[in-house]
Amino acid sequence: MAWTGLSIGLDALSYGMVLFIISIGLSIMMGLMRVVNLAHGAFAMIGGYLASFALKNAGVGYPLAIVLAVLGTIAIAFPLEFLLYRRIYRKSDELTQILLTIGIAFVIIGVANYILGPTTKSIPLPPLLSGPVDLGFRMIPAHRIFVMICGVCTAGLLWLLIDRTEFGIRLRAAVDNGDMAESLGIKTQILFSATFALAVGLAAFGGVVGAELLPVEPFYALRYMVTFLVVVSVGGAGSIPGAVAASILLGLADTTGKYLAPEYGEFFFYLAVILVVFLFPNGLLGRRH
Amino acid sequence: MTDRILVNGVSAPRFSVPLELRAVAITLALGALGYTLFPDDLAFLTRLISITLLVLSLDLVTGYCGVATLGHAAIYGVSAYVVGNACLAGHSDPLLLLLVGAVAGALMGLVSGALVTRFRGLPQLVLSIAVGQLIAALANKLSSVTGGSDGLSGISPGRLFGIYAFDMYGRTGYVFSVAVLMVVFVVLLRIVHSPFGLLCQAIKDDSLRARMIGARVYPRLVLMYGLSGVVGGIGGALNAINTGVVGLDSIGFERSAEALVMLVLGGAGSLWGALIGSIVFQVFEHYVSAANPFHWMTMVGALLIAVVLFAPKGLVSLGGLLAGRATYVMRRRP
Repeated sequence: MAWTGLSIGLDALSYGMVLFIISIGLSIMMGLMRVVNLAHGAFAMIGGYLASFALKNAGVGYPLAIVLAVLGTIAIAFPLEFLLYRRIYRKSDELTQILLTIGIAFVIIGVANYILGPTTKSIPLPPLLSGPVDLGFRMIPAHRIFVMICGVCTAGLLWLLIDRTEFGIRLRAAVDNGDMAESLGIKTQILFSATFALAVGLAAFGGVVGAELLPVEPFYALRYMVTFLVVVSVGGAGSIPGAVAASILLGLADTTGKYLAPEYGEFFFYLAVILVVFLFPNGLLGRRH
Repeated sequence: MTDRILVNGVSAPRFSVPLELRAVAITLALGALGYTLFPDDLAFLTRLISITLLVLSLDLVTGYCGVATLGHAAIYGVSAYVVGNACLAGHSDPLLLLLVGAVAGALMGLVSGALVTRFRGLPQLVLSIAVGQLIAALANKLSSVTGGSDGLSGISPGRLFGIYAFDMYGRTGYVFSVAVLMVVFVVLLRIVHSPFGLLCQAIKDDSLRARMIGARVYPRLVLMYGLSGVVGGIGGALNAINTGVVGLDSIGFERSAEALVMLVLGGAGSLWGALIGSIVFQVFEHYVSAANPFHWMTMVGALLIAVVLFAPKGLVSLGGLLAGRATYVMRRRP
């Protein structure tokens, strides 16, 4: 029984870390630019596709493929930021944001389906990560340990970036009071663009390293869109510790539900969401806006 | 204070034909037009009307109360399942089934409204999604009641008024659906122009100010959600009665998102907008998605982006032909 619990815990942790890596970008974007970006999952999907292409068709190594996927996704997303997202930063009502970003997600899905076909694209792992690791009480794929390390590193680096650097100070100032930050000479438009690139890059990174758990196919964007949004809402927009807590909590709810009562599907996941939103309407560690 | 709003806001329509009569004339004309254009595809039209009711229902909460929801199909789907089960249990009178659907929808509306309208902004959106997904997961699980992924089939309603059978050509179903749509539309026109409807719009515009003038915001929103549930429930009931099958697609996230797209395309905050949006979208879909479903998705996406950028108030604001002055008066801020 205890081993089962630990086993569920490990799976929940690796799933939660994937959720965290992808969702944290969305969370930062929502905290700073107040944009409900439903196309965030689509950027993770683009990252997955690019990595798959780089590994299988261009024959580069796994680490380089990750870098290429992240940079490529940012390059693809930037025109969208310039043309569309800028219009909805901070000021638009939610309905407008939802519709614009769902529209973007639909277009990306349609185009991906047209160019690459409806099949799932695999991202081959290097030999180091593809084997199992014996933990004594069970075998666990090495890849899951890699995902957990990635999650912890992402959280740590982000914390350093936001808490310890000049960029982070400006970012926090703009979150606290955008107009005041602007009048103190902080170029918020550049800050927004940089944050958008960071968010999209994180999504792509998560899309690549999480591809074993969330397989890359055209409807990825729609299938997990709700999940990412829920993680952000439960954690509290803009909060790194909140996103970590929410990812692990929801990963646990989903994994436990699927282990113990698989026929209920996502029932327990959404039950947990409703309970948390009711108890903490601004998220576990979020702030009132 | 309410009196003052009434006097300023809705000056009685000045044209000679009352709004309700025009609504009756237009829905009947549209019904006749549909019959002449698609005489061999009445099943498509009845489905269109059923979805139109869902979009109208969504308009009540999103357009008139400002509640952003992506889980509205839960109401539609649940009442379709309830109606299907009632019919299978032997209660086959179509009017009774419609009533059953309306009651089931009202209950679903009140419950989800009580949950969703507690908050605003992101928590509200996420709650609406979560409630919708929860219901969808349940529908999948309770396959003894819903038929699971196979759907609930074999629903055969009895004769309408004991005379007109639901035949395979769908003529009875079509006339029945048009009549239901007409009645619902006229009643909704009255409701959104009533003091209650105006108060909901005031809450949407500025809920703090509405509270300051003495409106009890939360109960009003829940009540409107219940009304919206009635309309959505009738839509779900029509779906079950006309097609004889209820599938998981009628309850899922895609259906909710699609309804929102139709509403915004036509223009949220106007019943005419909901009507126009759902007709234009579905007729368009009928032709394009049959040709290529993936291009269809790209086109819907592009269409959404275009609407948000160029016609944020929807098609109804561009033409305004059907809407006329009534909508204009409603939308004008004092």
